[in-house]
Amino acid sequence: MSQLGTKKAEVDLPVRTKYEESRRQKTGVFFKKKVGWLFIIVSVIAITIFNFYPMVQAFLLSFQSGMGANLEYVGLDNWRRLFGDPTFIAALTNTTIYLLIQVPLMIVLALFFSVLLNDPKLKFKSFFRIAIFLPCVTSLVAYSVVFKYLFGIDGIVNQFLINFGFIPQTINFLADPFWAKVVIILAITWRWTGYNMIFYLAALQNVDKSIYEAAKIDGASSFQQFFQITVPMLKPIILFTSITSTIGTLQIFDEIVNITNGGPGNATISISQYIYNLSFEYTPDFGYASTVSYVIVILVVILSIIQFRVAGEKK
Amino acid sequence: MNSLKRIFIYTFLSVAAIVSIFPFLWMLTSITNKSVDVTQGRLLPGTHLIENLKTLFATVDIVPALINSSIIAIITTFLTLLLASLAGYGFEIHRSKGKDIIFTILLLSMMIPFAAIMIPLYRMFGSISETAPLIGIDSLGAVILPTATTAFFIFFFRQNTKMFPKDLVEAGRIDGLSEIGVFFRIYVPTMKTTYAAAAIIAFMNSWNNYLWPLVILQSPEKRTIPLLISNLGSSYSPDYGVIMSAIVIATLPTALVFFLMQKHFVAGMMGSVKG
Repeated sequence: MSQLGTKKAEVDLPVRTKYEESRRQKTGVFFKKKVGWLFIIVSVIAITIFNFYPMVQAFLLSFQSGMGANLEYVGLDNWRRLFGDPTFIAALTNTTIYLLIQVPLMIVLALFFSVLLNDPKLKFKSFFRIAIFLPCVTSLVAYSVVFKYLFGIDGIVNQFLINFGFIPQTINFLADPFWAKVVIILAITWRWTGYNMIFYLAALQNVDKSIYEAAKIDGASSFQQFFQITVPMLKPIILFTSITSTIGTLQIFDEIVNITNGGPGNATISISQYIYNLSFEYTPDFGYASTVSYVIVILVVILSIIQFRVAGEKK
Repeated sequence: MNSLKRIFIYTFLSVAAIVSIFPFLWMLTSITNKSVDVTQGRLLPGTHLIENLKTLFATVDIVPALINSSIIAIITTFLTLLLASLAGYGFEIHRSKGKDIIFTILLLSMMIPFAAIMIPLYRMFGSISETAPLIGIDSLGAVILPTATTAFFIFFFRQNTKMFPKDLVEAGRIDGLSEIGVFFRIYVPTMKTTYAAAAIIAFMNSWNNYLWPLVILQSPEKRTIPLLISNLGSSYSPDYGVIMSAIVIATLPTALVFFLMQKHFVAGMMGSVKG
């Protein structure tokens, strides 16, 4: 009896402790999980209120029409209106032109600079690197105003071109539909090439130098090395920069407003500027403006998917 | 052949460097010259700097704009660092399946174009203007709120938290710190460089932000620096010396940050792709 009793007691004690321990651990885990939610909850709520909820609202607005706060549902009218709206078509065309010319131009330039600057034998390397990166410290509005003056009819670019005999008479860059677009593209490229270059430079430092040595021994030219080693090695970072640049250029606003204000006519207007004008410059039509804004959303999604596909296939 | 290639490379890089630097040189010489000299393409330093600055401070409300921009940028940066680091830490240290799903959904918000949410945001702040004027239309609060929490910085902090030694969290718990205590007493001091990098990017984004303040701010005395410069730039009879002075003053903070903290600056950019 007594032996059994002591045995029982001996067995009982650890059992209970184990049970309690596991219970404590369970509540501990549970508590820890809850605390984890506390860390993220404010951000989750804020992003929901200031990003996702407005996204849904904009979608609903895109089926409404009316002036200011007097909105009513009009079905697909806004979406139909898009295709017959010359300003929207101009904005879409311009934005597409910026995208197709500026993004590839900038990425190729940035890649080129980074490869040249990655050469260990190059002199004045940090000078070149800092110089090319410098435009990134300016605010978009500030450099836009500077570019507007540089390319003005009596601006310094015109004076330079005339003095060196490149052109017979001044070009009114910002009043010409073609040249105004060129100025916008040059401006964005000036501002962002160095930014992208820094990403490529960092990625190049992780590329094993011996690959290039081996390629050289095999007789590969610099161009072959560039296209067959550098580009494939940097593919993930090229994908990243081309997606961010695409999203950025699709939304271009600051430069257009401050360099040309969309002119001459609507020759440089971008989708974002048109949305702004529809909402805050003309008689406000929030419904139709939201429809136009959803075009950017759709474009961002489509282009991102295409870029991921293209990058994926080449693997 | 090889020397020809060298010459080409140095010429190419030099042209790129000159093109990159030239607008800065022009800005810097313009602030020392009369407006007439600037239009005549003078590229040498002049003696008109003091006059330009005097005219700037006398005719343009640059001081209130600098104050507004500073208030907005400092509060936005503080809120961004606090909220994004809390969330980045929470997602990585207190990892769970549910949180990973939420994290992926949050990342999607990075693809939302601002132009698409600007109208609903404007209406949202308009509807609370009367009850809460401090965060209503034409308030600095309304500029700050939507920009203070972005998925980008949460992602940034989470990526950097991957390199944070998790043993420190356990050590803190054993020492009797609460979960929040572990965060503020151990995580924050250890991650100083991450905070520095994030602070630079957040400050620059806020300082240079144009579209949202343009939409939400209306009265001239609330204007931020980019709004002021945009306004100066669109004037019909521009005084180039004065406008360039305003632009140089507006660019100084970000340029200084860049030159003093180059490493953090680049680290901040890289943070978005690391890992």
